[in-house]
Amino acid sequence: MLIEYLPIAILLVISTGLAALIVWIGNTFGPRRPTLRKSLPYESGMNPIGPGTRRMPVRFYLVAVLFILFDIEVVFFLPWAIVFRQLGLFGLIEMFVFIFILLVGYVYAWKKGALEWE
Amino acid sequence: MTSELILFFILAIVAVASAVGMLLSRNAVYAALYLILNFATVAVFYLMLSAAFISLVQVTVYAGAIMVLFLFVIMLLGAEHTGRLSESGWMFWTPIVLGAVLAVEALYIILRQWKAIPATQAAGSDFGAPAAVGLELFQNYLLPFEVTSVLLLVAMIGAILLARSKKA
Amino acid sequence: MNVQDLYAISPLIVLVTWATLLILVDVYIIRDRNGGTPILAALGLLVAMGFAIAQTGQQYTAFNGMAVVDGFAIFLQVLFLGSGLVGIALAYNYLQRMGIERSEYYILLLYSISGMMLMAIAADLIVVFLALELLSIPLYVLAGFGRPKVEPEEAALKYFLLGAFAGGFVVYGIALAFGATATTSLAGIVQAVNAGSANLTLLSIGAALILIGLGFKVAAVPFHMWTPDVYQGAPSAVTAFMSVGAKAGGFAALLRVFVSALPELAADLSPVLWVLAALTMILGNVVAIAQGNIKRLLAYSSIAHAGYILMALVVFGNTQVSSDAVAAALFYLVAYAVTSFGAWAVVIALEKAEQKGLALDDYAGLGRKYPGLAAAMAVFMLSFTGVPPTLGFVGKLYLFRTVLEGGFIWLAVIGVLTSLVSAYYYLRIVVIMYMRDGDPQVHAEPWLRLTAGVTAVATVVLSLYAGPLFAWASQAVLKLF
Repeated sequence: MLIEYLPIAILLVISTGLAALIVWIGNTFGPRRPTLRKSLPYESGMNPIGPGTRRMPVRFYLVAVLFILFDIEVVFFLPWAIVFRQLGLFGLIEMFVFIFILLVGYVYAWKKGALEWE
Repeated sequence: MTSELILFFILAIVAVASAVGMLLSRNAVYAALYLILNFATVAVFYLMLSAAFISLVQVTVYAGAIMVLFLFVIMLLGAEHTGRLSESGWMFWTPIVLGAVLAVEALYIILRQWKAIPATQAAGSDFGAPAAVGLELFQNYLLPFEVTSVLLLVAMIGAILLARSKKA
Repeated sequence: MNVQDLYAISPLIVLVTWATLLILVDVYIIRDRNGGTPILAALGLLVAMGFAIAQTGQQYTAFNGMAVVDGFAIFLQVLFLGSGLVGIALAYNYLQRMGIERSEYYILLLYSISGMMLMAIAADLIVVFLALELLSIPLYVLAGFGRPKVEPEEAALKYFLLGAFAGGFVVYGIALAFGATATTSLAGIVQAVNAGSANLTLLSIGAALILIGLGFKVAAVPFHMWTPDVYQGAPSAVTAFMSVGAKAGGFAALLRVFVSALPELAADLSPVLWVLAALTMILGNVVAIAQGNIKRLLAYSSIAHAGYILMALVVFGNTQVSSDAVAAALFYLVAYAVTSFGAWAVVIALEKAEQKGLALDDYAGLGRKYPGLAAAMAVFMLSFTGVPPTLGFVGKLYLFRTVLEGGFIWLAVIGVLTSLVSAYYYLRIVVIMYMRDGDPQVHAEPWLRLTAGVTAVATVVLSLYAGPLFAWASQAVLKLF
């Protein structure tokens, strides 16, 4: 039964392997002549004044929450897409109502500028 | 069956190791990445239990969206480097005690009552397949499904309302 | 699914559609010109109420047993829609005065009410959970509506965290109930119990977890900790709506789930409910005495009243009494709603920016300067205490009668004694209003005056015609099959 997922497993192995290979090639064959200045974090020529990680604006949070909400929406699409033919027109209407309600949320987010970065 | 068992044990080692790694890493971002690995392993467990739909939800929602939110929150707070917990406070001991209770409970069930657990109503092999879930969801559970969209809409409005500072 | 399914939930469909279209109207047509949204929202509530009332006397299940329309559902839906109208009336001028007017208030209010309406018709634990979230999430946001200030933010955060926690309890309880009976449908649970295929221990644990989760929502002791802080920090109009709507929604779920699906568990759960009810009445009333802030006082008062309504739930396993108990609980919810909205209207009239005008001392001299408002407040306080001729008195009478019929004499005694205790702090407000000199500042806008006046008159007049109202509530018994 699990054998059905073998292609996915192969894909995972190949992609991971490829990524590792590329990093390894770069590491092994690339010339490396580190100096102190080169090892510093790049800050447009300035000397770095602190750790690179700071508190970030709350806008990121809004993006993440909207991402989760639309992601959950996607979760419902998959089972729907699979049984779409069995459900017929009725299923189409159902999903249309679902999408319409969420589309209103999208319109709201857009018009209120939640998608703008300023 | 045996190949599945071997797969299970390999995955179990990965799952436990990533969970331990999450607990032990001092850097909160690394902890979050370990958690993603753990979620991915659990997703494979779901596949092995032929609950493909839950496995999919696990990957897209938990390992995907929720962990993005986690990482953002860690960075929002600037809390990558967590300090050491004091080793006497209740914050340190409570989880240890509770974890021990859970471990003993699980061991007891595994060792003493292995056979005694009554078999629950056997679910069909396609019980957790996306198609079966879809048919249930879009026929019997139509009302909850549509209500979910309203719930998501309300959450969206609420998040935008509370996170936007300016009146727009 | 067929047309009848849609007709069965037509009030809900109307309200959700209306609220969703209102978002579009607000974004595209009204924009920043405030004014249209509250009226449109109120209109939507009225239309939905029309659909709900049109269903009177009818009865059916819909959506494969997910929803059930019966007298109970229709009664509560009308109550929720009515409290939405009052919620808009209370907020209309208040939000402007406090400088926090945004049209989202009305939209979120409509969504919260649709959650409550869904709760009233829920016949499946999944729907109960979704309804609980749908009624709560807008309230979390509304509690923080006054931001960016510290108090509303604290209120919203506390309410959200504890509410989410409580939601977790409910889900866990539902999962255990499903594990015990292999179904989430309320009718299915009854069948499984009757057929003997249910694991009753597991079901009891599940029911207890659901009780804990809903106990948070109705603010029953010991799950009440959030109430004073949230009621104080949230904008008063929101608090007023929350104190009535969220509580009634929680009780709708408790009554529906316990009376119709779990009567077999009464032997185990009645004692638990007994203790909860007694604790809630005692703690709410005793701690209220010490409060100097009117919003905190009303918060503890609302805890105490949750205790009184919980008394009706104690007898849920006794099939002879339980329909009477449901009717008494519904009647008390109406009495509490009318009185509470009136009291909050007066509080809002006296409130000033920056959490000022909320101390009990600010009510000194109200009787001389604003006799009408003070008289209304006095009526509400008497009704809260349970002094005739007010709705509060009749409501308590019915509740105590049910409890006695169920044979819980000591619980009734505790109820009466705590009512006597409550007289101390309710009547103290009356004393302060009339006996002390002061110079209260009042913003009695027309809608506030109307709300206070109508609820005051209703509190007295309806109590004189309590018989028909109780008869209506009696028809609203739960039917599942």
